[in-house]
Amino acid sequence: MIQNIPLSYYLVISTLMFFIGIYGFLTRRNLITMLMSVELILNSVNINFVAFNRYLYPQQLQGHFFMLIVIAVAAAEAAVAIAIIINIYRNFKSIDVENVDEMKY
Amino acid sequence: MADYTYTLLIPLIPLFVFVLLGLTGHKMKPVVSGLIGTSGLGISAILAYATAFKYFWTGHATGTAYTSIKAFEVSWLHLTDKLTIHLGALIDPISVMMLVVITTVSLMVHIYSIGYMKGDPGFYRFFSFLSLFSFSMLGLILATNIFQMYIFWELVGVSSFLLIGYYYEKPSAVAASKKAFIVTRFADLGFLIGILMLSFNTGTFDFQTLTDPHGPAIASVGGAAFMGMSVLTWSLIFIFVGGAGKSAMFPFHIWLPDAMEGPTPVSALIHAATMVVAGVYLVARLFPVYALAAPDALHVVAWVGGFSSIFAAVIACTQTDIKRVLAFSTMSQIGYMMLALGVSGFGGEDGLGFMASNFHLFTHAMFKALLFLGAGAVIHAVHSNEITDMGGLRKHLPITHITFLIACLTIAGIPPFSGFFSKDEILAAAFHSNKFLFAIEYIVAGLTAFYMFRLYYGIFWGKNTHYHHTPHEAPKVMTIPLMILAFGSIFAGFLPFHNLVTSDGKGFESHIDWMIAIPSVLIGVIGIIIATIMYKKPTAIPDKLAGTFKNLYKWAHRKFYMDEVYLYVTRKIIFRYISAPIAWFDRHIVDGTMNGIAGMTVWAAYAIRGLQSGKLQQYAFVFVGGTVVLVLIFVYLV
Repeated sequence: MIQNIPLSYYLVISTLMFFIGIYGFLTRRNLITMLMSVELILNSVNINFVAFNRYLYPQQLQGHFFMLIVIAVAAAEAAVAIAIIINIYRNFKSIDVENVDEMKY
Repeated sequence: MADYTYTLLIPLIPLFVFVLLGLTGHKMKPVVSGLIGTSGLGISAILAYATAFKYFWTGHATGTAYTSIKAFEVSWLHLTDKLTIHLGALIDPISVMMLVVITTVSLMVHIYSIGYMKGDPGFYRFFSFLSLFSFSMLGLILATNIFQMYIFWELVGVSSFLLIGYYYEKPSAVAASKKAFIVTRFADLGFLIGILMLSFNTGTFDFQTLTDPHGPAIASVGGAAFMGMSVLTWSLIFIFVGGAGKSAMFPFHIWLPDAMEGPTPVSALIHAATMVVAGVYLVARLFPVYALAAPDALHVVAWVGGFSSIFAAVIACTQTDIKRVLAFSTMSQIGYMMLALGVSGFGGEDGLGFMASNFHLFTHAMFKALLFLGAGAVIHAVHSNEITDMGGLRKHLPITHITFLIACLTIAGIPPFSGFFSKDEILAAAFHSNKFLFAIEYIVAGLTAFYMFRLYYGIFWGKNTHYHHTPHEAPKVMTIPLMILAFGSIFAGFLPFHNLVTSDGKGFESHIDWMIAIPSVLIGVIGIIIATIMYKKPTAIPDKLAGTFKNLYKWAHRKFYMDEVYLYVTRKIIFRYISAPIAWFDRHIVDGTMNGIAGMTVWAAYAIRGLQSGKLQQYAFVFVGGTVVLVLIFVYLV
């Protein structure tokens, strides 16, 4: 069943996710939405890992484990990012990224 | 040979006291810090007396020459095998004599200051500086080599600077301290050049090697010559320039009158008895080199001394600030000492001038310290330095009056006070060497008697000034040092100096030459009589005389415009034609380069600061765009 789906399908999905994430990261002004976009980018990479592992080296598990590590790091990163966002909110009374440019020059 | 290592303690105790008072003095009661300073110096004085007694009498076989003993020496800076700087203690007749002079005067000044400085907010600071000065001066005296002497030479300069500027709230005191420091420092440049030339040519800093009559230093006379004189002569002249700066000889004397801004005990200690004779000591220390290898340099010493003595004596006759009169008198007396050294020969009876100079140094320290401390007691009572504010004080200050009179008689050279003996030896030495200088010294002796008694009558007799509150005699702690010093002034003349401090260490027979002594006493008496006529009662004679010799009086009163000449030379010539272009170069070229570099950086930063916009998404866009471009390049072009 799964063998009938070619690898390129997975890659198309992950590429779409990746560029949706990039697009969201570049266009959304809300920090929370930007964080969600970053998660999309990470997950597209995870799909690549798993797919390549499954199709190229079915006997090995490195890709799976690497995916788990990325998920763990992404969770930690989300925690830190949300903490930063809370602090930004306290300082600027807003989580709009356009306002967070006061440390320039 | 006896062991003199303990002489090291004589300078080290004041150093310890300086550190102790400097660090913890502000926590002590003022009187405690005064007592610590005084007792520290008392111990030093006792050690110095013990050293003198041992060196001159008990530890010395009669009939033999006094040798110079290196009590202690360490190698302090080992730069190369040839260039090593030592620190140590050298014991020989002049250093032992100076130990006694300095510890005595310093001890008296310490005791006196407890009374004089009472209630001053910087009491402990004053005593710590006094200790620093005593340490530096004693170190200078005991120096085993010329470089150690130079180090301590600068240290006494610093202590003098600190003490002249003691009342640092007063702008005039600050200016005076700067002036003293800069003028002496300028002269010290000559000293340094002299040291370098001398030690380069002789290969040693060590005094014992340098002054050994058969040593390599004196044997090297036949060295290179420059402008008609040997390099050795030039180096000794340069060294004398340093000595002249410290000893306020013409033309470096301008700092001494202004130095009177310091507290009076300081003037007594530093600017009358000890530091200003450092120049005399320096020449005396190197005397064999001067006398045997460079008689030309010795002539310079004699003429500078002679000129300074008469120059200062004339000025002293017209000054109205009592401390300034004493300052010029000091300069005049030091001129005497320099002259005596300058006319002296080496060895035996030829060394009469050397002996006389040191003798006069010794007696002068006593009576001049007494004069200054007496003046301090007067100032303490009247709260003014001006002679015009005084008069008729003999009833109010009996002890000060008597001791001041003794000191005046001593400096005027009236027998049997000590000044008579030492001045007589100087006149005798001058008589045998140079009749012209001898004549000058006779005139100076008369002038000295005149201006000292002008001062004396002006303070203690003269008009009956009305005082706001009746002046009262100084406390015991101030009058007792006066009495001790008066005692010294009277009896110091009976010391057998010709057996103790001589140029070659051997004693010689000396007797008073009445052919010289009687006229010198007479001329002193004449000076006193003139002063008595003019100043004992308020008369019109002084004003009339000043009117008759209007120009001379004005010139002398303005100190022959030496300050103005210096100001003209520094402001109008050095500042305008040398300093101003250098300042311009510094401001525009050196600073300009640096400012230009900084300006370029600022400009570049403004130019590129738009890149650092702080807009997160802009950064991300550039990053993603860059990645895409790189990928396209690698995929399609490479």
